[in-house]
Amino acid sequence: MVAEASEHGRLDHAGTGMAKARKHSSPIGPLASTGDMLFKYAVMAVALFTLVLVWFLVLMMLFEAGDSIAEFGGGFLIGDVWDPNREVYGALPFVFGTLLTSAMAILIGVPLSVGVAIYLSELSPPWLREPLSFLVELLAAVPSVIYGLWAMYALRPVMVDTIEPFFKTVLGWTPFFEGEPIGLDKFTAGIILAIMIIPTVASVSKEAMMAVPLSQREAALSLGATRYETTRMAVLTYARSGIFGACILGLGRAIGETMAVTMTIGNANLISWSLLDPGQTMSSLIANNWGEADGLQLSALIEIGIVLFVIALVVNVFARLIVGRFMKAVPTTGGGL
Amino acid sequence: MNNFKRRKLVNMLASGVALTCVVLAVVPLIYILIEVVRIGAPAIDWEFLTSRTKGTGEPGEGIGNAILGTLLLVGYASAIGLPIGIFTGIYVSEFGNNRFGETVRFFNDILANFPSIVIGLLAYALVVDYMDVGFSLIAGAFALAIIMIPIVANTTEEALRMVPNSLREGALALGVPRRRAVMRIMLVNAKAGVVTGSLLAVARIAGETAPLILTAFYSNYWSASPFEPIASLPQTIFRNYNSPSEVLLQQAWGAALVLITIVLAINISVRLLMRSRTKKSKAVKKTWLTRLSLRA
Repeated sequence: MVAEASEHGRLDHAGTGMAKARKHSSPIGPLASTGDMLFKYAVMAVALFTLVLVWFLVLMMLFEAGDSIAEFGGGFLIGDVWDPNREVYGALPFVFGTLLTSAMAILIGVPLSVGVAIYLSELSPPWLREPLSFLVELLAAVPSVIYGLWAMYALRPVMVDTIEPFFKTVLGWTPFFEGEPIGLDKFTAGIILAIMIIPTVASVSKEAMMAVPLSQREAALSLGATRYETTRMAVLTYARSGIFGACILGLGRAIGETMAVTMTIGNANLISWSLLDPGQTMSSLIANNWGEADGLQLSALIEIGIVLFVIALVVNVFARLIVGRFMKAVPTTGGGL
Repeated sequence: MNNFKRRKLVNMLASGVALTCVVLAVVPLIYILIEVVRIGAPAIDWEFLTSRTKGTGEPGEGIGNAILGTLLLVGYASAIGLPIGIFTGIYVSEFGNNRFGETVRFFNDILANFPSIVIGLLAYALVVDYMDVGFSLIAGAFALAIIMIPIVANTTEEALRMVPNSLREGALALGVPRRRAVMRIMLVNAKAGVVTGSLLAVARIAGETAPLILTAFYSNYWSASPFEPIASLPQTIFRNYNSPSEVLLQQAWGAALVLITIVLAINISVRLLMRSRTKKSKAVKKTWLTRLSLRA
């Protein structure tokens, strides 16, 4: 579905067909000389280098986490205690924190991003499209640590005074809003994550929507559909797998994000469903404890890193398979982290 | 025609909602810029930019060593990451129409989206611990280089693909060896794209914080040794953001202003550069520019 969409989209753009055609027909015949062969293998060696290096480094990480893996085994994943004094370490509170804040980011960030994508791809006047896209991109260029700084001094007061009391009044009866609004909690972290995934999700969704053939829109419009109905029936339906892939990419970003979360989540190693309680994610735990950790604790932190690695790998591979060559996560990204 | 009125109303409402989403998405960016300039700007003077951090909160502190550290980290990382990234891009574009090429491409895309703190851990495991270098400039640069490689490789590949095939065919038809066709004809024509990708990669790693906590650590002193811990702007912000000392807090905002100026200046100038270039060529505008601009 996505491959199909992107193919149509590419044919719509003048000039891309050529680039695509080249990919399939190797333009250059067999290599002529030894020099060319050497060049090819040298370039190939460089390409191979990163690939091998990173897998080698993963092995090194496993080695570094050896003590912790030997000590706690599979129980590490379900252990809910992190106590350097007793030397007992478990990953559960942090896996929980990561998943909860990422879920919040998706819940808040995705509808906003899809709205942005719809505006940019379907509604925006042409002269406004480029400047607006650029602004949304710049959002990805802002370093994560500056998001954290801003959240601490600009977003937090708003959370404490307005947003959190509001949710407490309305939804205070649910387990999600127990406790006092303090501003440094999972709620604030979730909001800042939602802001940070907008550029990723919006740009990829927009690309998916722009790849929808014009004929789809024209068909809907000629049947008398309004702009909104066209978008809903022709565009969103056609682009849905691309948008889904965009969400998974956003999820990947939210899971790996470190600094902004570390600075806003309150850093408490506990499992609590209330968004108004402080928490801790896998990445924030590593960032917070790195300086003073040694021995078994260091090993356990690296094991947390491996858990994060595996989760991020699964999410990213999944996203990549869905999104296909639609987007190659490139430029401006602050990548999170 | 009640139904028609209702549909038109829904249409207008939906458009309004979409516009609201755009406004909501852009507000944080503008708010961040305003706050950073408002609070950070009063801190900036010559002394602030040229004195070192002391971490004590006494007046007379600066961020000079952090600026130097960030420049050094980015410089070393570029020295490692740019050649590897560019050659990986060349391989994938020029020799990559096979299984291995696909694997490299796939892998680079995964790596480009990878949590940078995990990349910091990887660099820690190898350079800091295994090679026993300790927390150091070189360990930080190594982590940043790994972050850089997929970005540079992907943009180089894209740029090479945008070079008209006729150029390559012409060169080969004249009997130019393939290696020279790639290096002298293709790469030169793809220069703008490669430079763009490299600059964006630099902007990206300049703001990276998490991998540096794990590898470069921090130093309050002037240092340029590759084997010593080193200060950096993002780390200065992180160490001081929660400080009870007004001076240190001010230092964090000042560092934020310098950092965001560097990062946004690169992003905006790259954008303007590409814009002026693409006015010359419609085809490029449709593909390379739009595709790039859509990706975050």
